[in-house]
Amino acid sequence: MNNTELIKKGLAKRYRREKRFRAYGLMAILAGFIFLFVLVTDIVIKATPAFTQHWIKLEVNFNPEILDVGKKAGIDELKQANYNLLAKKSIRSLFPEVKKRRDKSKLAAMLSSSAEYQLRDMLLAEPYLLGQQQTVWVLADDDVDTYYKTDDKSKAVRLNDKQKIWADTLAADGRVSKRLNTTLFTNGDSREPEQAGIRGAATGSFYTILVTLLLSFPLGVAAAIYLEEFAPRNRWVDLIEVNINNLAAVPSIVFGLLGLAVFINYFGLPRSAPLVGGLVLTLMTLPTIIIASRSAIKAVPPSIRQAALGIGASRTQTVFQHVLPLAMPGILTGTIIGLAQALGETAPLLMIGMVAFIVDIPHGFLDSATVLPVQIYLWADSPERAFVAKTSAAILVLLLFLVVMNGLAVLLRKKFERRW
Amino acid sequence: MKSESEHQQQTQADTSHQSENKAADIQQEVGATIGQPFVKQPKMQARHVDVFYGEKQAIYDVSLDLGKNEVVALIGPSGCGKSTFLRCMNRMNDTIPICRVSGMITLDDEDIYAEDMDPVLLRARVGMVFQKPNPFPKSIYDNVAYGARLHGLAFNKAELDEIVITSLQKAGLFDEVRDRLHEPGTGLSGGQQQRLCIARTIAVSPEVILMDEPASALDPIATAIIEELIDELRQNYTIAIVTHSMQQAARVSQRTAYFHLGKLVEIGATNQIFTNPLHELTENYITGRFG
Repeated sequence: MNNTELIKKGLAKRYRREKRFRAYGLMAILAGFIFLFVLVTDIVIKATPAFTQHWIKLEVNFNPEILDVGKKAGIDELKQANYNLLAKKSIRSLFPEVKKRRDKSKLAAMLSSSAEYQLRDMLLAEPYLLGQQQTVWVLADDDVDTYYKTDDKSKAVRLNDKQKIWADTLAADGRVSKRLNTTLFTNGDSREPEQAGIRGAATGSFYTILVTLLLSFPLGVAAAIYLEEFAPRNRWVDLIEVNINNLAAVPSIVFGLLGLAVFINYFGLPRSAPLVGGLVLTLMTLPTIIIASRSAIKAVPPSIRQAALGIGASRTQTVFQHVLPLAMPGILTGTIIGLAQALGETAPLLMIGMVAFIVDIPHGFLDSATVLPVQIYLWADSPERAFVAKTSAAILVLLLFLVVMNGLAVLLRKKFERRW
Repeated sequence: MKSESEHQQQTQADTSHQSENKAADIQQEVGATIGQPFVKQPKMQARHVDVFYGEKQAIYDVSLDLGKNEVVALIGPSGCGKSTFLRCMNRMNDTIPICRVSGMITLDDEDIYAEDMDPVLLRARVGMVFQKPNPFPKSIYDNVAYGARLHGLAFNKAELDEIVITSLQKAGLFDEVRDRLHEPGTGLSGGQQQRLCIARTIAVSPEVILMDEPASALDPIATAIIEELIDELRQNYTIAIVTHSMQQAARVSQRTAYFHLGKLVEIGATNQIFTNPLHELTENYITGRFG
């Protein structure tokens, strides 16, 4: 048997192996796609109900007697008026047959607790409405909302039989309307699912990530440049390198404990503040950015450095005029990966109080705030059925944040990428 | 230069000695340099240069001159230290942390390793062209203009244009790229890229140009163009060129230095080296018996 025959004999086996390997790769990708598809579909389906809300049409008589104010009451007096009773009376007037005290309170509970504030704001804005009759759409309670959204009515166990009948009557009278849920995007958190929104958490996430970006990007890139281009090769630098690599693998909650001990207990920064959250996430993100930046800098061909040095550029000029621009796409990718990781991080933020129940939308780096993943965690933990959909909706928003960030990364990459 | 005369005496002694026992082993044979390492009008002078990479010594006691307006070819087998030596001449070895240079190298009688010698200024005066064409990923214009901008050689756009165009002309590239000065330099062919790198080097008007195998990655036609160019550049510059091609050394250089295992074995006029080498190692190398 000569060589040609020997090679021929082995060829079939080689090709089979190649084919097999390709099939494995294809299967792996397919599996990934299926998982992603199932996950996203599940979240979208679960989240859909959260994007709509049911409103109930009421005839509201801004009667000064019910409101317990004078007929010519001024703004200050109107602020103190009894709007709770007004809302209750308005819905009771639709069902005059309801007499029992227990039933009356059940009937009133079908309105969202936000109804009284809505009526107050309405009257304060237009005080001349006092004594007049108005048609007002108010938010339904989350249990009523869930009832309308559930196809199998027997499953809506949070309403009793009488409430179900009232709800059906309202719907039959054309007093119920399904609208886009803008509350979800304009409100902060709330105990009442129908009033809970993610604006607070999204703003908190934005501030936190902004702090993280502003600190970790320059620090990380500077550290990477120094280590790659300027640091002498000695035991200390080796030690620092090993430690940076180890830091990347430290569980994130440890950074939270560190942040609690250092930033809050020692430096006295406020709890639950995006600034502290950003600082903690910076600690967590830095190793990722440093490692990614170093490999990007390392990947710049040495010939470019030599060319610049050979013409008489200083080392700093070489780095900033040639190495850094070429390493930028890689550095940006690393930074975005680090930030995306930080955006989805919950554990370290729990330690510094960003898990608190915060209704107000933060307006600065020192306001109390929470972040999207923590909000998801809080909602997932809530007993009300309506929060299930909210949780999925918040996950969708978080995913959207990530998609936007990754899109930005791709754009920046394209912009900075150069051929050589 | 007291050491110089000593060195020459030693060299002569070695030459006579060398003819007696040609069969001695190689290590012994590579003693002191034979030939004429020194010239009357030196631009750069190297004296007793030793180079170490960590513990390992790469260059042993090399002394030679680069004369004004001459091309010196450095030849020798791979790993013989000729590139290392070339990179000492503009302190490119500074960028390698473990590299240590001892001895003295002067440019116009200034010690380039002196405390007050700025490597940035030195590299502007002693330019370098590398083995692999390494244009910046920028336009042709920006490539050539980079050095001038860096050192502030041009005070306005017109002056910069002038520098770029003259440099490209001197490098023999201008006619080929006249219409695409603002296209990327990396889009040129290999030979054009190397000439672009030469244009980039001469744009800062160096006094000496060091070339590290500038044509080794090029085809024969591009090589011929580069060689012609080197010959023209000799009018204005002092050039040291490392090459693996004996023909190239013979064509472009006036003097040739043969390195072997980190030592300068022989140096002399190019035609003498190629027709009548004094040292057996040189003869073996240029006749292709090893290396």
